[in-house]
Amino acid sequence: MIARTLAGGALADLDRDDVAQNPVKISVHDLNMYYGNVRALHGITMDIKERAVTALIGPSGCGKSTFLRTLNRMNDTIPGARIEGIVTIDGVNIYAPDVNVAALRRMVGMVFQKQNPFPKSVFDNVAYGPRLHGITDRAFLEHRVEESLKKSALWDEVKDRLHTSAMQLSGGQQQRLCIARVLAVNPEIILMDEPASALDPLSTAKIEELIHQLRKHYTIVIVTHNMQQAARVSDYTAYFYMGSLVEFGETKGIFTNPEKKETEDYITGRFG
Amino acid sequence: MSHAIPLRISQLIKPRTRLEEIFLDILVRIFALIPIGALSFIMFKIIQKGAGVITWEFLTQPPLDGMTHGGIFPCIFGTFAITLLMILMALPLGVAAAIYLVEFAGPGLFFRITRAAVNNLAGVPSIVFGLFGVGFFILFVGRNLDKVLQTGLLFGQPCMLWAAATLAVLVLPVIIVSTEEALNAVPQSQRAASLALGATKWQTIWRVVLPQARGGILTGAILSISRGAGETAPILFTGCAYFLPRLPVTKLFGVIPMINPFDQFMELSYHIFIMATQSLDAVKTLPIQYGTTLVLIAMTFLLNLAAISFRVHFRKKMGTVSV
Repeated sequence: MIARTLAGGALADLDRDDVAQNPVKISVHDLNMYYGNVRALHGITMDIKERAVTALIGPSGCGKSTFLRTLNRMNDTIPGARIEGIVTIDGVNIYAPDVNVAALRRMVGMVFQKQNPFPKSVFDNVAYGPRLHGITDRAFLEHRVEESLKKSALWDEVKDRLHTSAMQLSGGQQQRLCIARVLAVNPEIILMDEPASALDPLSTAKIEELIHQLRKHYTIVIVTHNMQQAARVSDYTAYFYMGSLVEFGETKGIFTNPEKKETEDYITGRFG
Repeated sequence: MSHAIPLRISQLIKPRTRLEEIFLDILVRIFALIPIGALSFIMFKIIQKGAGVITWEFLTQPPLDGMTHGGIFPCIFGTFAITLLMILMALPLGVAAAIYLVEFAGPGLFFRITRAAVNNLAGVPSIVFGLFGVGFFILFVGRNLDKVLQTGLLFGQPCMLWAAATLAVLVLPVIIVSTEEALNAVPQSQRAASLALGATKWQTIWRVVLPQARGGILTGAILSISRGAGETAPILFTGCAYFLPRLPVTKLFGVIPMINPFDQFMELSYHIFIMATQSLDAVKTLPIQYGTTLVLIAMTFLLNLAAISFRVHFRKKMGTVSV
């Protein structure tokens, strides 16, 4: 049965109803984030479940992308960015001083808004991550590349041109290549920052279908501007506004019966 | 009045304005012609007087008969050897400095000082580099090395090593600036992709940024070679010789022939200088001067051509990188 939402999109007809029983993967407690003197996040507290899709929605500049980047510490690369509070993954505080950031990012992969393949061959793009760990065994790499491209539903389209430039693929193919590149390092969590916002509707549908497949094995956190997309792909939805977490809960609940007036206004399009 | 309207329009256009415009138009065209004219004149004169001199013997023989006959092979060899040594020193240093400026330096005071130093280094007259080479490399570094290493008078004298080092300092700004441009042209999204896959900063620089900047860096390197190859003043006191009866080569372990960095050398631009000012009979050596100039200019042109074709090649190869 497919339920309709306030936003007009169909809720995901999830084949598992037990995600609520899944353990917590990421736990965020009273997280504040500053860019210099500007406070970008205000006391975010939320628990993100393992092997489920959590969507972050909200108007532009609401802090959802900033929040996403705190989960793999990509905000470390921004000068002047500072953080307060605790983010734990499997119970380990990722902001503890002895954390190996490179190892963290292997565990927490990221797909960006604009597809950003390297100007290398399809094969070399996917093999980039494994090679970082010093893997040079050709057979192993070939296996890993094939497996990752199959998981990202790109294998059939590129298997005959693994050694041509990734730049020759279409935008949608490039984005799935970027997902394959992330999968090749065996992450447990995948962060997606509006992964389909630069793609046409058909490519977007493919990415959404892919997210649907991946949620069985990975914890996925996705930022999206598209309400229907959030309704279609996610188990949980978090609504951000002005750097604060306004409402967080099961997508079904948020989209059919939100607790807060602001949330309802936003998802029904009366706002922003 | 059938011609009233055309008359009014012609009154709107002041004849004087039209003349002014034509005059300015012609003026800027003449100015634009000056560099073309200058280059054509130089090239015409040099090719006219120099082409006849260039023979196989001229390119492969040493100077003979008190430098009034023979060829310029030691000069060609010396120019080649010194620019090779120069780029071996300048490229790693310049690229490293540019990596620091682009990838590591924050927008602080030290960054601004380094930037200003690079820009000012590019404006230092080349004769100052020559004197700096003597004072710093030969008398300070060289003499002290000799003292410490007990090598007698090996480092503390003019030689190819110090001449190349002086040239390296001269071309450093060219390499730094072109490498900086090449690094800045690599989109931030490429670095983000690499870092997000668990690469360290160095892995990202080494595997993603530098390969994509390679074309720009090589172009800068070739341009700096063509700049360095034509310089006379920096090598004037630091190692080049009026005349050497032998090539500056040695045998590594007694077998492998290699450039001897501790020897002096002959060099094309210096050869032109001494032929024109110091030779016993400057009129007699005029054909040699033209021939040498032609060889030097041809080498520089070839290098610039190589730099341009590198750039085109790498632009094509990179395809469209998503920003």
